[in-house]
Amino acid sequence: MTSTPSRRKAYDGVALCAPVTVPYRRYSTNSAHWWIGRALQALTKQAGLQPTDLDGLSVSSFTVGPDTAIGLTQHFGLTPRWLDHVPFGGASGMVGLRRAARAVQAGDADIVACVAGDTNHVDSFRKTLATFSRFAQDAVYPYGSGGANASFALIAKNYMNTYGARREDFGKICVAQRDNAMGVPHALMKKALTLDEYMAARPISDPIHLFDCVMPCAGAEAFLVCSEQTARSLELKSVRVLSTIERHNAFPGDPIQVRGGWAMDAGELWSMAGVKPDDIDFVETYDDYPVITMMQLEDLGFCKKGEAADFVRSHTLTNNGTFPHNTCGGQLSVGQAGAAGGYLGLVEALRQLTDAPLGTHVPDARIGLVSGFGMINYDRGLASGAAILARAA
Amino acid sequence: MTEPLARPRRKDPLKKTRLPLNPQGARSRAAHGLTAAAAEGRFVLQSCADCSAVVYPPRDACPVCLSPRLPYKDVDARGVLLAETTVRSSTDPYFRERTPWRIGTVKLDAGPVLVAHLHGDTKEGGRVRLGLKLDKSGAPVAIALPEQDTPHMGDDPQLRELTCDPKFRRVLITDGRTAVGQAMAKAFSEAGSSIIFVGIADAWKPFPGMDALRGIERVEIIPLDITDSESVLEQAEQNGGRIDIIVNTAEHIRAGGIIERRGINIAREEMDVRYFGLMRLAQAFGPGMRFRGADGVNSATAIVNLLSVYALMNWPTYGAHSAAEAACLSATQSLRAELRSGGVRMVNVFFGPLETEWFQTVPPPKVAPAVLARAVIEALKKGLEDVFVGDVAEDVRLRLAVNPKALERELAG
Repeated sequence: MTSTPSRRKAYDGVALCAPVTVPYRRYSTNSAHWWIGRALQALTKQAGLQPTDLDGLSVSSFTVGPDTAIGLTQHFGLTPRWLDHVPFGGASGMVGLRRAARAVQAGDADIVACVAGDTNHVDSFRKTLATFSRFAQDAVYPYGSGGANASFALIAKNYMNTYGARREDFGKICVAQRDNAMGVPHALMKKALTLDEYMAARPISDPIHLFDCVMPCAGAEAFLVCSEQTARSLELKSVRVLSTIERHNAFPGDPIQVRGGWAMDAGELWSMAGVKPDDIDFVETYDDYPVITMMQLEDLGFCKKGEAADFVRSHTLTNNGTFPHNTCGGQLSVGQAGAAGGYLGLVEALRQLTDAPLGTHVPDARIGLVSGFGMINYDRGLASGAAILARAA
Repeated sequence: MTEPLARPRRKDPLKKTRLPLNPQGARSRAAHGLTAAAAEGRFVLQSCADCSAVVYPPRDACPVCLSPRLPYKDVDARGVLLAETTVRSSTDPYFRERTPWRIGTVKLDAGPVLVAHLHGDTKEGGRVRLGLKLDKSGAPVAIALPEQDTPHMGDDPQLRELTCDPKFRRVLITDGRTAVGQAMAKAFSEAGSSIIFVGIADAWKPFPGMDALRGIERVEIIPLDITDSESVLEQAEQNGGRIDIIVNTAEHIRAGGIIERRGINIAREEMDVRYFGLMRLAQAFGPGMRFRGADGVNSATAIVNLLSVYALMNWPTYGAHSAAEAACLSATQSLRAELRSGGVRMVNVFFGPLETEWFQTVPPPKVAPAVLARAVIEALKKGLEDVFVGDVAEDVRLRLAVNPKALERELAG
């Protein structure tokens, strides 16, 4: 990995704290506002704050319409001086974190509540798919209406054809994540998964089978961004940000997606953090489908392009393994609560680095890498981001 | 290899009728450039007027140079099928009824990548050519076809969803007295239609070609007068449940403009045959066809309306006739919207002067009835919506696209 030294300002003095998860439910009759409101309430309780103490708010949601972040300020009785709406799906956590961290550093806000939440009504998933984007409406949804399953099936099939990954390799990722989810009380998938069960699952959109797919659900995730000083005064355990990257619509000339924006920016990510892949104690990838996890392992520099299947074969991916990965089970086990899926890995990383995981601990976790990926606007995911986080000194 | 269609058996009245559903038909305004091309069977994509980049999905600015000038142009439809998937689980009711459904990613030689429906004879990694078609919602979609035609390829179930192939379908030709009606009966018989109902008004009156018409395989002569509401309703009650395609061949052609006509009797007859005739047909047969729009191999699929190209711009030599044709054209636009919920297509076939008695004084080129009939079959097999047959129709289409006002003056002579 070659890279020039970073010219970007470090995230000195920024603290991430108060990881919050509103337990997921498969379907909810409540609105996205209800889920986001509960997450904000949990944040303030955990931090011992009044709602009016939140002077920054960053919101990510697919189902909060017709409202956006501005409407939510009145809905929740907040009067922030810094407000952001981050509708970037699986990259929402990364993008929200980056912006909030800079706002705190610059003094534009003292305490930013970052929250992602979505509801899942009985028919809301279909409606979200049908109107997801203009390109999806014009050029994807009319073709079988298989949703993300079909789009990622094409990407997965091409990846398997090109690099020789097998379903068993995807299965190993899924099985390990299920193992990691066993201690997580609100995980929607509570039953242990074997590789045989994975292989025998019904096909959804070949080569995607049932256990390659996330379960759409309702839920919310949240955390606070503030200064280290503020975190100390609130007596909150906190996590440091060593580096971050973000990229959109990378490699538009690739005829079909085999890599994401991480491949453009990984050098920057490592050099800014001053650490190497070997220094990472656990990795939270965005796991809407295991093929995307493989691309992240490659593009973030844990192995070379096309070698993720080998990498997976040569590691154990459970929390006590050689490469702890998606340590709360990821979306594949916990469920995908819309935009909260883009927060899941980040919130879990905060828990691991503050010794408060919902499930099992990663032993001696000091540094974690979190990655986000989102918005399959047409034929590929457009947004990518990653952050390297460290336990507070 | 496409499995040839089996002749559908007589319908079991106890079995469920698959109700018509449509895939999502919403499209952006830019994407309707594809609708226009699919309606005529052309393959086009946006092509930047400033940097020549070929662009897809449809955009309002070029992703290479940001130019807003992105006209649709004919482009090479060939490419490679990079990856395919079989959708087995769909959130959309239309596709849920039709899974498994194959789609794929096609990289065109011209540059862009399209997600497309797949014909059964395409293979991952292989060469394909794309066709633009209208789906049941009337919206444009791409389907990857094998690079060379394959046997029975029109029988492929995914392709057949996008066409109105007359094979094994039952047809009503509304007027068999005319040369066009008789040519149409012959063409549908040759195209493999199961029954060709041919309407004859006042059957006791003999007409030229009667014996030849009766001799065509699978032709069944029925009494039908589309200027008589009762006659039309009676046929709909008798045979409406088994008519999948209607070809309206009823014609009324007289020369002359508006001022030269003495009174309005002839004009009224023109309107009665062309405008009210179509309305009677649509009211009598439309509801049943709409209900059977997804009813298996021989689902109701199209109403074909034969139109003078002068419906689009009046030709004063046949000025009153042109006006009646224009009324008929306008009605088809409404019908198109009304039939869409059933997935039934309204096909307009435009042509110039025909090689028939009513155009004796008009110089060539003229369209022979057999040529018109072949064009109708082709249009149905390809799933077209707007068809221009012959040199005059094509000439009018091109002139109209460039400068309608110039065409108005040119037709005035």
